[in-house]
Amino acid sequence: MRISKRRIALILAAALAGGPCLGQSGEETAAPTSPPGAAQSPMASASTADHSKFKILQQSFASGPEVTAACLSCHTEASDQVMHSLHWTWDYTQPGTGTRLGKASVINSFCGNVAANEQRCTSCHAGYGWDDVREPAPTNPAQVDCLACHDRSGQYAKADNLAGHPPLDPVPADAKTITGADAWPVDLARAAQSVGPPGRDNCGNCHFNGGGGDNVKHGDLSSALLAPSRATDVHMSADGPNFTCDTCHVSDRHKVAGSRYDVLAHDARGLPDPGMRRDVATCESCHSAKPHKPTLIGLKLNDHADRIACQTCHIPEFARGGVATKTVWDWSTAGRLKDGKPYSIDGFTQSDGEALHTYLSTKGDFDWAENVVPVYAWFNGQVRYTTADTTIDPSAVVEINSVQGAREDPASRIWPFKRMEGRQAYDTVLNRLVHTQVWGPKTETAFWTNFDWGKSIQAAMDYVGAEYSGQFGFVDTHMYWPITHMVAPAADALDCQSCHAPDGRLADVAGIYMPGTGTPLGGRIGLALLLAALAGVGVHGALRLIRREGGKGGHHG
Amino acid sequence: MAERLVKVYSVFNRVWHWSQVASIFILLFTGLRVMGLHTLIPFKAAVVVHTAAALALLLLWAFATFWLFTTGAWRQFIPTRTGLRAVLRFYAWGVFRGEEHPYQKRLRRRHNPLQAVSYLALKLVLFPAIWSTGIVYLLHGVWMHLDPGGQGLWLVANLHVLAGFAIAAFVVVHVYLLTIGHGFREHVRPMITGFEKVALTPEQEAYLRADEPGRLKP
Repeated sequence: MRISKRRIALILAAALAGGPCLGQSGEETAAPTSPPGAAQSPMASASTADHSKFKILQQSFASGPEVTAACLSCHTEASDQVMHSLHWTWDYTQPGTGTRLGKASVINSFCGNVAANEQRCTSCHAGYGWDDVREPAPTNPAQVDCLACHDRSGQYAKADNLAGHPPLDPVPADAKTITGADAWPVDLARAAQSVGPPGRDNCGNCHFNGGGGDNVKHGDLSSALLAPSRATDVHMSADGPNFTCDTCHVSDRHKVAGSRYDVLAHDARGLPDPGMRRDVATCESCHSAKPHKPTLIGLKLNDHADRIACQTCHIPEFARGGVATKTVWDWSTAGRLKDGKPYSIDGFTQSDGEALHTYLSTKGDFDWAENVVPVYAWFNGQVRYTTADTTIDPSAVVEINSVQGAREDPASRIWPFKRMEGRQAYDTVLNRLVHTQVWGPKTETAFWTNFDWGKSIQAAMDYVGAEYSGQFGFVDTHMYWPITHMVAPAADALDCQSCHAPDGRLADVAGIYMPGTGTPLGGRIGLALLLAALAGVGVHGALRLIRREGGKGGHHG
Repeated sequence: MAERLVKVYSVFNRVWHWSQVASIFILLFTGLRVMGLHTLIPFKAAVVVHTAAALALLLLWAFATFWLFTTGAWRQFIPTRTGLRAVLRFYAWGVFRGEEHPYQKRLRRRHNPLQAVSYLALKLVLFPAIWSTGIVYLLHGVWMHLDPGGQGLWLVANLHVLAGFAIAAFVVVHVYLLTIGHGFREHVRPMITGFEKVALTPEQEAYLRADEPGRLKP
């Protein structure tokens, strides 16, 4: 009911405004309207405020910051809260190591680095106009982007190259949104009047598209979660509890629980005390630390939960639901041209029939996979990063982030990970990863327009003020992404013998006794004992037969 | 001393024996599956059946222990050297020459000295080894926080597996020895009917005839 009314309203509004619309002009490319079906019904609104009735929102906004200023007239502390969150700062100092992490600093095996590529990369920043990440994010409260997370009209979007600003009328030809869709002129007033708690699309616009496309980066976060089947995500399916992201990722003062930089890998506390607010996004915070029913097998599985993350069994594969994830990205082959022009190869066909690039002159070679079996490792929630000032050993595969944890560490459990295989640029003299400038269409140094690594690296290293020898090469890298989304229905959870088998899934996870993986020492000694007993009775019986000439030994009467 | 067919295995005794046989076979089959020696049934089913059968056998053992002590049947298992040498010599030598088994069953001694000491060892060493390691193994979740490196788990599991194989070896020898002497069927029958040929003194026979006529077969 709710959806259909909204759809009708949308169509009516479009018609009344006389805007371009498919049925009217047939000009699909000129100025696309918002994608059909993008608008989701907000959660059954229990709000006491209907934002469409607020006078201050009934105006024609000329920019995103104007909307934010209107929001702040009531929500006086909102921007201050957002500006203290990781969504805003992109800056995180790791306790213990003191390493400076956060999007603004780290180098990953996907697009590399944000610095020198702003406008494009900061298009997913929760704000407007952060065009130089060498400086902290803007301090003007109106530069917070409320709508990115709170728009419920479904037609708010961020352009892919405006440092977080939305595409507004007139939208240039070939403009794209951050999801890769053709951009349309956003109606800011309608977005402002629609606000509500974040829906999956709000989070997904950025988080499903990390690394430059649908499910490229995480593997367990894709557009398949917008309307997943039960088999794809048991929690988010409309046939299940129909969770949105923030059902688990609870927030307090705009700080959202659940960070990859500081994972709670073993939540021994489990269910909260009565009346206490949930403050973590762990499975245990709803399912308790002993989630299986107290049957013979359930008790055994509860014992497992101390050392095996829930995700390990309950997310048997990631990149489910028909959206592939990028598994290999080799930057070293980027820059090949055909007749002086960049080209692409579509070598992978997704299960829905969509052809995906396996080579782009701008980005190099890729590989993709669906329904991927994770790699497993002991994980205590901490990850050590190879940052721009870490000395690397180029003769081995460089771990962009190495997962910390050990079986001896009670805080560690065995977790599933996506392992991204990369090949990326480094300084062959200083043995450090380098920054690259790939985006920057108007420069003479950006790789995506000039296809010259030397210029691209030099420009980025100059930009960030890092030491650079001028010599570069490419090194193989691994990057690990904890898998925690796309929880399967219980019936699809891993079977015991997925691991309790000679070549089981945990065969590479060192040093824990797992029955079924091979005959242990006690078994080998025991087997020898049993065979000795069999041989003994065999010899004894044979001797009896020989001596008694086939008669029954000792038989009388 | 006259040999008479006397009921020496009570109903409980026989039920105990054959349930133990069934349990041990189930436990060996499922235990070998869990250890990974075969994959004839799924791992999970093996774990569930193994655990359930083990708990049932523990309960049976509790009853059997109670029975052994309340009925005085435990005295059957007191080890003795009397006649042991003759039995050992028989199995090592005499059996190949067609000699008779040197032991004659008595009412209070239905096992020969070698049997008695073997069953005593089974009850005092192998069974306690299997159930103590089994219970500790089963309760891994209770003590795993004291064993973060997993060495304790490794030790307990290996000892349990080793004890299991030792019991399997016992079963092999036990079954083989049934073929010696009067033959397999003759040896198994008493554990089914309860009646066995026992040498009775005139006093014992008189007593049984008068007070427990049901234990004597005419």
